[in-house]
Amino acid sequence: MQTITPQAGDRRRELPRHEGGALTRLARTLITPGGAVFVLAALLLAAVIASNPSFGEPGSLIRFIGRTAPIAIAAIGQYFVIVSGEFDLSMGSVVAMQVVLAGNLIGQDESRILPVMLLMVALGALVGVINGLATTILKVPSFIVTLGMMLALSGLVLYLTGGAATGNPVDSFRQIGRGGIRDVPVLEIIPYPAIILVVLAVGAVWLMRRPFGRTLVATGDNPEAARLSGASVWWVKTRAFVLSSLAATVSGIILVGYAGVHPSVGSGYEFTAITAVVIGGVVLGGGRGWVLSAAAGAFALELLFTLLNFLGVASTWRPTVQGVIIILAVAASARVWSGVRRPDKGPLARHTPDTTATTTPPTPGTTTGEN
Amino acid sequence: MSTLTHRSRPTRAPITSTTIVLIVLALALVAGAILTATAGRNFFSPGNISAILTGTSILGFVAIGQTLVILGGSLDLSVPYVVSLSSLVAGVTMAGQTGNIALAVVLALGVSALIGLVNGLVVSVLHVHGFIATLGMGLILAGYLGSNYKGSAGSAPRDFRLIGATNIGPVPVSTLIMLGCAVLVILLLRRTRVGHHLYAVGGNPQVARLSGLRTAPPVILAHVLCSMLAGMAGLLLLARLSVGSPTIGSQGGYDLMSIAAVVLGGTVLAGGKGNVLGTLGGVAIFAVMDNVMGVLEVNSFLRDVVRGLVIVLAVAVYARRNMDRRPARFGTDRTGAADRRVTEEVA
Repeated sequence: MQTITPQAGDRRRELPRHEGGALTRLARTLITPGGAVFVLAALLLAAVIASNPSFGEPGSLIRFIGRTAPIAIAAIGQYFVIVSGEFDLSMGSVVAMQVVLAGNLIGQDESRILPVMLLMVALGALVGVINGLATTILKVPSFIVTLGMMLALSGLVLYLTGGAATGNPVDSFRQIGRGGIRDVPVLEIIPYPAIILVVLAVGAVWLMRRPFGRTLVATGDNPEAARLSGASVWWVKTRAFVLSSLAATVSGIILVGYAGVHPSVGSGYEFTAITAVVIGGVVLGGGRGWVLSAAAGAFALELLFTLLNFLGVASTWRPTVQGVIIILAVAASARVWSGVRRPDKGPLARHTPDTTATTTPPTPGTTTGEN
Repeated sequence: MSTLTHRSRPTRAPITSTTIVLIVLALALVAGAILTATAGRNFFSPGNISAILTGTSILGFVAIGQTLVILGGSLDLSVPYVVSLSSLVAGVTMAGQTGNIALAVVLALGVSALIGLVNGLVVSVLHVHGFIATLGMGLILAGYLGSNYKGSAGSAPRDFRLIGATNIGPVPVSTLIMLGCAVLVILLLRRTRVGHHLYAVGGNPQVARLSGLRTAPPVILAHVLCSMLAGMAGLLLLARLSVGSPTIGSQGGYDLMSIAAVVLGGTVLAGGKGNVLGTLGGVAIFAVMDNVMGVLEVNSFLRDVVRGLVIVLAVAVYARRNMDRRPARFGTDRTGAADRRVTEEVA
């Protein structure tokens, strides 16, 4: 995604597949916002380990990964929606819905785990389909659609539970979020959430390399162009919403293990996920960014909080730090992307016809697949 | 999105979004009157009208400000925290003394304006999208409020509390102040240069810039005014509750509800189209809905469900009806040119 980027001046030159050696290309990748987040995460990790060396032990590192998995998974889900140029504000309420469903329907009956999980996945997908269709067919801005969905779902969940913690799923179900493969050499334990995260991350990378992923990015960059080149924009975007809701479902299943059942479990998840995605250098408005950067953004955020914790900063200041970081990260990435991107359009902006396309029509053979 | 090529300019009379908002509001009023009557109450009793108007005033302030920001192509998610902060700053400064009212009001609005200024500068100079800039600002303020105020603080003197309590006939003074602000903002948008520039920048920042506008000042002004109006909402809440509260803004959910009201009022979320009148209609629709559900004693959690559904449905209606049919602001030439350009791209 960030490899072939035509520079302003050399429109007519045929672009080679790669420029420079592997190291040059790595360095060039690392200065893009999507690459810089890995450097940021590494620096934060080093700082955390410096302030508390025991954090660097493999055992506690892998536990940290397990703890961060739900938010990273939510960020991956949110990435699909954001890269297609939309928002999903309903994630938090989907998490709450799934947590409450699991708590009330599974109860202490192990035989119900599988059917209820299927039901949760089906409901998650349904929420995504509704979000997607209302956005694409009814042409309501996704911000409003998912805001309405958030109000409706969280209202329903609170109504059904009365706003209090209810139900408690059987322990074997909670093991999905809490447990892991024990007696592993070096690591002691591999938490299931970490495994789920790795599997989903690999799946997401694979998906983004499939035609679906390519179309998704193209749709986010310029929906009009994507539509004119034959992509069915509505279906691609709807699938992105479904993926986002399913990611929230998985996060919910993991969170039941950690946090138990309460209708407020998912609150604020959508904004944390959006923050992580944005720190990962993914451009709001779509069309730019790597899916793993979104996950790395979640890790950077959690590492930052861990660092503040070790430094003894009161947890009430966490939002402030998060706010400063998110503004700085986006300001910095606005600088970097502006070099490689045509004049910025806001995430909510309509498509503006690109005037350069008419003044310099591309000659056959020089198209690079972008724009 | 597909506005450019396919739908030709209207041949029938265009129905503007404001007309639809007012129709929806009228429908809501009729439905409200009928539903209230079934519960054996009079919808148009002075007490009930006063209650509805009271319900409009706080969200009204925030939504008018939000309209400005959204017209400029930005968003403001920091308003709930500005509301809380303003109520606290004013409450603590007043400390129950009538003589401190003026100072407290100036201080609260000044702090709000400063926050808006920072928002505006981050959005227009650092080129951070409004969503992120104000989400970040909201988080910063949330951290400050959470760290420095453990609970309610300050107290409003009786004279100040009167603002929240006085009615002229069935109309609360707070609503009149809100409507006064709305008139000022309408004049700003219709009669001043910077108001017109705000529409231009929100509609298309590139075109605005190439036409020789400085794109930053309107956006910054919009953010400053938005924060100040949120500060006014905070002051009004202080007058009602008589103490400042660090959570009053986020409890009200003013960020998302104000955006919903603005969009419900027919303003395009992408910026450049819409007006304050529509927003007032949107706020009134919410207030009527809340009032009717209150009279019918609908469970408060279910009210959120209804709100969510109504927002989506109403906006879906606008999206179907009007967006493409609004008369072109700069005559037909421009769209014709755009049409040709797009067809060339296709070819």
